[in-house]
Amino acid sequence: MGLDVENIRKDFPILSETVNGEPLVYLDNASSSQKPLAVIEAINNFYKTTNSNVHRGVHSLSQRATTAYEATREKVRAFINANLEHEIIFTRGTTESINLLAATLGKGHVHQGDEIVISEMEHHSNIVPWQLLCEETGAVLKVIPINNKGEITEESYRNVINESTKIVAICHVSNTLGTINSIKAIIDYAHEFGALTVIDGAQAPAHIPVDVQQLNCDFYCFSAHKMYGPTGIGILYGKETLLDELPPYHGGGNMIENVTFAKTTYNKLPHKFEAGTPNIAGGIGLGAAIDYIQSIAYEDIGKYEDELTKYGREQLSSISNLRFIGDAADKSAVFSFVIDGIHPLDLGTILDQQGIAVRTGHHCTQPLMDKFEIPGTVRASFAFYNTLGEVDRLVNGINKAVAMLSR
Amino acid sequence: MLSIDKIQDEIIADFGIFDDWMGKYEHLIDFGSSLPLIDDKYKLDENLIKGCQSKVWLNTEMKDDKVIFSADSDAVITKGLVGLMVHVLSNQTPEAIVNADLYFIDKIGLKDHLSPNRSNGLLSMIKQMKLFALGYTLKK
Ligand SMILES: Cc1ncc(COP(=O)(O)O)c(C=O)c1O
Repeated sequence: MGLDVENIRKDFPILSETVNGEPLVYLDNASSSQKPLAVIEAINNFYKTTNSNVHRGVHSLSQRATTAYEATREKVRAFINANLEHEIIFTRGTTESINLLAATLGKGHVHQGDEIVISEMEHHSNIVPWQLLCEETGAVLKVIPINNKGEITEESYRNVINESTKIVAICHVSNTLGTINSIKAIIDYAHEFGALTVIDGAQAPAHIPVDVQQLNCDFYCFSAHKMYGPTGIGILYGKETLLDELPPYHGGGNMIENVTFAKTTYNKLPHKFEAGTPNIAGGIGLGAAIDYIQSIAYEDIGKYEDELTKYGREQLSSISNLRFIGDAADKSAVFSFVIDGIHPLDLGTILDQQGIAVRTGHHCTQPLMDKFEIPGTVRASFAFYNTLGEVDRLVNGINKAVAMLSR
Repeated sequence: MLSIDKIQDEIIADFGIFDDWMGKYEHLIDFGSSLPLIDDKYKLDENLIKGCQSKVWLNTEMKDDKVIFSADSDAVITKGLVGLMVHVLSNQTPEAIVNADLYFIDKIGLKDHLSPNRSNGLLSMIKQMKLFALGYTLKK
């Protein structure tokens, strides 16, 4: 039947806001997406009817909260087609998931002289934790270069991954360029050398389906807030055997089996990695976000977003002196661009005056900006609730801004 | 030399002519581009204000007990804002600068630009200007 965008927009209350007197055009979805009423209400209802701590109470309310929270774990498992429910670890988000891995892999899996491979398009969250790990262990960070269109070619990763590679950490979809990487091929190649694969999936599940068994990745990280769920909760998926091998990350309540001053034993997966009271309401909100995405279906989301991407590319191309940063063949609805002689911050400011929310700057990918020798870009990132009409608003908005700014 | 408040009132009157944001921003951009802002020899990294998406250079000198500011930016809206600040605060005594209440930004409807997360560096620049003036009053 296809995606009915006008009906979908009604599910997102914020989309009817006005900003600076104009109807909001929200094109900063790669930073954080908006939330449907179903998610907002799930969180609201939790606090109204179910709130209490999880995993510890004998009383009914606590059991109700635990059941609701744990139901999300099963939803996430099915959502990314993991084999086992306890392979799903709740974290604060992608950043914490990657830090957890870097910290725990550092205790045994990585040694002096080992190589950790990332790519030139990584978010700071998938660079800095590995740099910290390298500093701690004497391992060496290796970077897969990208081509001018913003793609990782087969040749480029084959040149970098080798017998010394212990970890390959790559994004599924680039937040700055929109490039959808052929991660399956990279994962398979890394495995030929016995390397572990960590996928930064922050930008993927809002747009494309993820199947961790098909990908055969060892770890997959993502954040709820970029896929229509709440902030402060995210996922670390890991293969059971690997998660079992890793030492705990944070110590505290919930992650233990038995504590004595002489010796503490740790809880089983997933609790071993979930110290302290978790973000219970967030977990329930994430469950509602998954239900929401599945009620629309990826097939329709994909078709509709492809249409947005195609139209957006065409229309933006009509603007003179506009240069896309990232123009990959396989790409999600993210446009990063610069316009000769115009500072991204100025352009973003004038677009904001017209009610159009974009992001400007380096998008937490400074090394990528260095590669393209630019200080930053303007980035318009779309979601399935954006419309072709909003592409027109963006293009008109840019034209108006360019006229003002190049006086 | 006009007092800081007199200059602010003039700016408020100038901007008062425009009743829409476009006119206001165009005036701001024109204001920035009409000013010879900073000598290229002062566009040094040590004169860069940190933490902004646009580059902002600020140079400070003392002349006859007055503080002379010059500044520039690579973004034109920031340059307009920076230009206004220089126009208001330059060539004043350190005491006047330290005590200045910069109400004009709010009155001309550009207060949003002073929010700390605006990343245009304006707030840091004002802090820097006041710090320099404060340093000078303490030295005296
Ligand atoms: C590709 C990528 N990786 C990691 C992150 C970090 O995600 P979070 O801030 O939710 O932890 C982001 C978010 O901007 C991202 O886009």
